[in-house]
Amino acid sequence: MAKVVGEISEISRVDPTQFEELGLTDDVLLQMLHNMLVIRRFEEKVENLYLYEAAIQGPAHLYLGEEAIAVGVCAAIGERALILSNHRGHGHALAKGIEAKRVMAELFGKDTGICRGIGGSMHACIDPSKGALWASAIVGSNVPIAAGVALAKKLRGEGDKIVATFFGDGATNTGAFHEGINLASMWKLPVIFVCENNQYAISMRADVAVTSQRIVDRAVSYGIRGVLVDGNDVTCVYSAAREASDRARKGQGPTLLECVTYRLKGHGVYDQSAYRPKEEAEPWWEREPIARLSKTVTGLGIATKRQIEEMDAEVTREIEQAVEFAKNSDYPSFDLLGEVTYSK
Amino acid sequence: MTSKAGREITYAEALREALSQEMRRDQNVILMGEDIGAYGGGFKVTKGLLEEFGPERVKDTPISEAAIVGLALGAALGGLRPVAEIMYMDFLPIGTEQLVCQAAKMHFTSAGQLAVPLVVRTQYSLGRIHASQHSQFFPVWFMNTPGLKVVLPSTPHDAKGLLMASIREDNPVLFIEAGLLYRTKGPVPEQPYSTEIGKAEVKRIGDDVSIIAVSRMVIEALKAAEDLEEEGISVEVVDIRTLNPLDRQTVVESVRKTGRAVVAADDSKTGGVTAEIVTTIVEGAFDYLDAPPARVASPDLPIPFSPPLEREYMAGAEDLVSTARKVVS
Repeated sequence: MAKVVGEISEISRVDPTQFEELGLTDDVLLQMLHNMLVIRRFEEKVENLYLYEAAIQGPAHLYLGEEAIAVGVCAAIGERALILSNHRGHGHALAKGIEAKRVMAELFGKDTGICRGIGGSMHACIDPSKGALWASAIVGSNVPIAAGVALAKKLRGEGDKIVATFFGDGATNTGAFHEGINLASMWKLPVIFVCENNQYAISMRADVAVTSQRIVDRAVSYGIRGVLVDGNDVTCVYSAAREASDRARKGQGPTLLECVTYRLKGHGVYDQSAYRPKEEAEPWWEREPIARLSKTVTGLGIATKRQIEEMDAEVTREIEQAVEFAKNSDYPSFDLLGEVTYSK
Repeated sequence: MTSKAGREITYAEALREALSQEMRRDQNVILMGEDIGAYGGGFKVTKGLLEEFGPERVKDTPISEAAIVGLALGAALGGLRPVAEIMYMDFLPIGTEQLVCQAAKMHFTSAGQLAVPLVVRTQYSLGRIHASQHSQFFPVWFMNTPGLKVVLPSTPHDAKGLLMASIREDNPVLFIEAGLLYRTKGPVPEQPYSTEIGKAEVKRIGDDVSIIAVSRMVIEALKAAEDLEEEGISVEVVDIRTLNPLDRQTVVESVRKTGRAVVAADDSKTGGVTAEIVTTIVEGAFDYLDAPPARVASPDLPIPFSPPLEREYMAGAEDLVSTARKVVS
């Protein structure tokens, strides 16, 4: 399964005969499929609300096509584990179990949103009660913060609360990434660095901006384990994140996961991606993660195509209800701002 | 030295005592920074703490200010009360994104879900012949950041009390020490005590002119007040102590009483802290003023190395004396 190349492993396929041993039970597979559908339908809805209804304003960076990463990681690390998110965080929030209606209301800037409308799309993944600790909209900055959370958990003896942080390929060129991983390695902290390589930092291509052969190769220079993962196959993501969690819990230090995927939409909902050829996305639509997991699930006889369609229809209804909830909610009062600037 | 009421220790010792007493009281308090362990810190503030508390709680870091502030911030989110040390204020910009864009925004952006009990200690070395990249003082950057608290003690007593209060605070605090003051001595109680953040202090009562000063300039103001008293000018000295939140009330009350103000700080004049304090006086005590408020600040120039040039660059008690004379005359 895992081919070791120096300090780097690669996971591009998990054989179904290993599913059970890895914890990929039928229930887990179906739950992951459900969560991926929630994200997909949520993001499609957000795009429509933004482009055609003007109901959502400001930036909204879609996670469409990258669902397998958040869902696979969050399922593998366990409910007690903590995550940090970034500006492209709707998928992280939904995968960590934050209710779709609270995330949607946040995008509308409403008082019922997860941050009472103060955070918006780029900070929609903040709910400590669900283990979602912070969402940084400044690229790369959540890397040292995640390492710090892991330090606290290690020193406080809360070893089951390992930390995973999500960031894109662009983040791996920042100083914060370097400084944070270097220190996390030095102190052997229980943290998983999840790089979602969707191949673009707005318009800058990762294969141009990342000067090492691959992002995962950077792990070697920090003396930590790196795993190159097919980020569009949720069973690969799950398997890699599970191994990284085990290592973190055993005190074997951090892991860098490079989950290779593709940003099927623009950088944000407003971006038409004029800087890249349209046909570039075509093979990635063929490899998109929901169809692949559906095929696996039906192939193994875990669910029928019809059952999946029913699940999808139910999810679509939930998302419609989330939109209604958001639309019917009130905006927060300006007085709230003064109340929450400082902790009292 | 030995009597309880009159015990005198240095500013650096007072800071060390605050750290060690808080670390004994609360095991969630940890320290991290460059050379704070066996080396004892660039200015020996953390000397001996590694021996008492061990390497898990006194953590030497690589030269990585973004990671020092970032990891300390993460540790605060994770349930600790970290105190990070940035050796020179000049190095703080490397970690400022973490302090300003992350730490200061967390309670707010999360609508109160997150608390950030983080202290970042640093010091400015103006007057220590360290040239343009090891002497800077730019507190307004942080004063202009809602969500942060900015604390600047001028005496050993305040150094201990304000650092203890900062460690117990649930908001991120930038704690700016004055490098030139580390060896100054003053009375400091042995028992733990906390000095309220956000309160200026009248350090000397007077009638003719208020000198409102920040950090090291408070000490210069107290010297100037002695000299001016011999000339028959009664000076009130207000120590700002915290710039964010700014205690406008104490400033305004003092100037309403004296009718005259000199505002003093070590940062450059244009857009400096003195500008905000003068504005506070204009807004709150305009009708009470018998003369325009005056400022004593650093020139709008980077800081030079050459020792006589640095001495000329720096403001001191004599500048305060001559400025106060003009304001009173």
